[in-house]
Amino acid sequence: MANEILEEHINKDYEWGFTTNIDADEAPKGLNEDIIKFISAKKNEPEWMLEFRLKAFRNWQNMVEPEWAHVAYTKPNFQDIIYYSAPKPKKELASLDEVDPELLKTFEKLGISLEEQKRLSGVQSNIAVDVVFDSVSVKTTFKETLAEKGIIFCSFSEAVQDHPELVKKYMGMAVPPTDNFYAALNSAVFTDGSFCYIPKGVRSPMELSTYFRINASGTGQFERTMIIADEDSYVSYLEGCTAPQRDENQLHAAVVEIITHKNAEVKYSTVQNWYPGDKDGKGGIFNFVTKRGICLEDNSKISWTQVETGSAVTWKYPSVILKGNNSVGEFYSVAVTNNYQQADTGTKMIHIGKNTRSTIISKGISAGFSNNSYRGLVQIKKGASNARNFSQCDSLLMGDKCGAHTFPYIEIKDKSAVVEHEATTSKIGEDQLFYCKQRGIDNEKAIGLIVNGYCKEVLNKLPMEFAVEAQKLLAISLEGSVG
Amino acid sequence: MISIKNLHASIGDKEILRGINLEVKAGEVHAIMGPNGSGKSTLSSVLAGREDYDVTEGEVTFNGKNLLDLSTEDRAREGLFLAFQYPIEIPGVSNVNFLRTALNEIRAYHGQEEMAAKDFLALVKEKSKLVELDAKLASRSVNEGFSGGEKKRNEIFQMAMLNPKLAILDETDSGLDIDALRIVATGVNKLKSKDNATIVITHYQRLLDYIVPDFVHILYKGRIVKSGGKELALEMEAKGYDEIKKEFEIAD
Repeated sequence: MANEILEEHINKDYEWGFTTNIDADEAPKGLNEDIIKFISAKKNEPEWMLEFRLKAFRNWQNMVEPEWAHVAYTKPNFQDIIYYSAPKPKKELASLDEVDPELLKTFEKLGISLEEQKRLSGVQSNIAVDVVFDSVSVKTTFKETLAEKGIIFCSFSEAVQDHPELVKKYMGMAVPPTDNFYAALNSAVFTDGSFCYIPKGVRSPMELSTYFRINASGTGQFERTMIIADEDSYVSYLEGCTAPQRDENQLHAAVVEIITHKNAEVKYSTVQNWYPGDKDGKGGIFNFVTKRGICLEDNSKISWTQVETGSAVTWKYPSVILKGNNSVGEFYSVAVTNNYQQADTGTKMIHIGKNTRSTIISKGISAGFSNNSYRGLVQIKKGASNARNFSQCDSLLMGDKCGAHTFPYIEIKDKSAVVEHEATTSKIGEDQLFYCKQRGIDNEKAIGLIVNGYCKEVLNKLPMEFAVEAQKLLAISLEGSVG
Repeated sequence: MISIKNLHASIGDKEILRGINLEVKAGEVHAIMGPNGSGKSTLSSVLAGREDYDVTEGEVTFNGKNLLDLSTEDRAREGLFLAFQYPIEIPGVSNVNFLRTALNEIRAYHGQEEMAAKDFLALVKEKSKLVELDAKLASRSVNEGFSGGEKKRNEIFQMAMLNPKLAILDETDSGLDIDALRIVATGVNKLKSKDNATIVITHYQRLLDYIVPDFVHILYKGRIVKSGGKELALEMEAKGYDEIKKEFEIAD
């Protein structure tokens, strides 16, 4: 019985695995200074940006790929990747009507509307979307509405052209180009991404969102997102992603930087659903991402919420540097691994300012033959008086061939700190399933119910439209993983 | 309602039920008593469709259908309800959400539409009174942090909500003080009708003072060795199970 259901699930297709036939403008395979110059030229970048890239590249060449994560994979051949691929526009775009219909169809299939005032997952919503297809941003909606409030929401490439002073000032502040192997690579070859600036005293009237789609074969996706919240501002930001089903592994190495000024708050939510590979672990996305925010000034807040269900290998630690006094960092995470997926994910909370507070809630769910690790660092620097942290790391196992691991690191240099850590590991019980079934609830629904209950604290943090999506995704990712 | 013929069931190599025969009609209350290890809980688990047990022989007809052919959830949807001896906790899932899912699954099985939220909440209010269940418990996670008595009352509350044809109460009296016992029994009695039936599984006669059975069966080593009226329960209480053990000693 258990096996039948497991089979059924395993054979279930990744619904987002289609490819779009679209003409692409690509760079030749491989990585060298000429390729970086090619990308920079394609984007018509100023000299300082090219310098930033080349410096990062020279650094990267002297770095080694990290091996400390609890994951095993064949390292990508960095000379075998296409670093730039853009859908070829038929002509200069003046309105949505002129976007390649194939591209529109792709996003329609994904449930992402590029037309303003449209619906997302059946809920009437007010969300501005920037869509990134392979290496370039295709379309940003609601730009004008936001501009009225002084909010800048555009592709990263546009920001480099139109707001170079902002980009220059903040780029690399949270994630320096030398930070780590993948961040350095990204800094050298990043192609596009979203840029967002919320001016002083403005609360964004809508959720801002970026949707990433890898389409072209043999390419890597290296996007860069930057969110700057000026004094007394607020924004809630959403990120979603999918990729076609392919036998090869594709590399996704993104960088996200968040900077909050005095009294500002940024809430960043991710539903990560890159192609996870097939039932035998063939193919899938390598998701090696650096996400970090700095609460630069007093009373500011950065909150990361992530629901991770996709990718063959995930290496990701959305972190917060709590520099301003009384600043707050939060990390709410659900990470699901099934079949042969591997995830090593968690967060870093670096307390520098006084009275800084951080909360970490991590829920790992492992099924199939997968491995799921939580890795987190709570660091209280000297002088960060009255810092507080609460961490809760729960693991849920489905079946007996998967693994759950917890690697919490705590470094305290200030005696006034209060740090609490709780961890549990449990198995989804046959008893719970039997109880549900005895009340007339079938296996699939019962698993959905139990898992959603287990993740409730995190799902509650997601904006409503995303929560509905995430609940469905959780159920799909785990369907039939317990008999 | 339910007709059990020559039911044999085992777990692994061990045969626990060795030919159960039982006929329960609508409107009746049957009590099944017996010493520890006689197979009482196994019988309820097998009827409810727990997968740990293999049915090796016999047949069970429930409302004209072959019960053993039905999945666990379909048995429930056909109207078989098991009040658990040890109710299970489901963290993060509210009692109300759980019951609403269950109720609508059962309704869908019978081709009925989902119950409107307003009607559902009215039903919750009405039925929770039946077992004097604190309204707050309805919004808490299923059985999580409930006291023993609250868990048992919650089982009867669920039974009231799902309105089964056949309810099997598995040692519902265990761990209950006299007040909780009275509340639970009153709830069960109120739910009794000419169209449904109840099987009360218990070790002690005590519960049967409150839920008066029409028939009492003594289970021993996987067989019903004696049946009678409610006086049989009193007799067992007075004499204990030793006499039965002597009389029906069977080699394992």
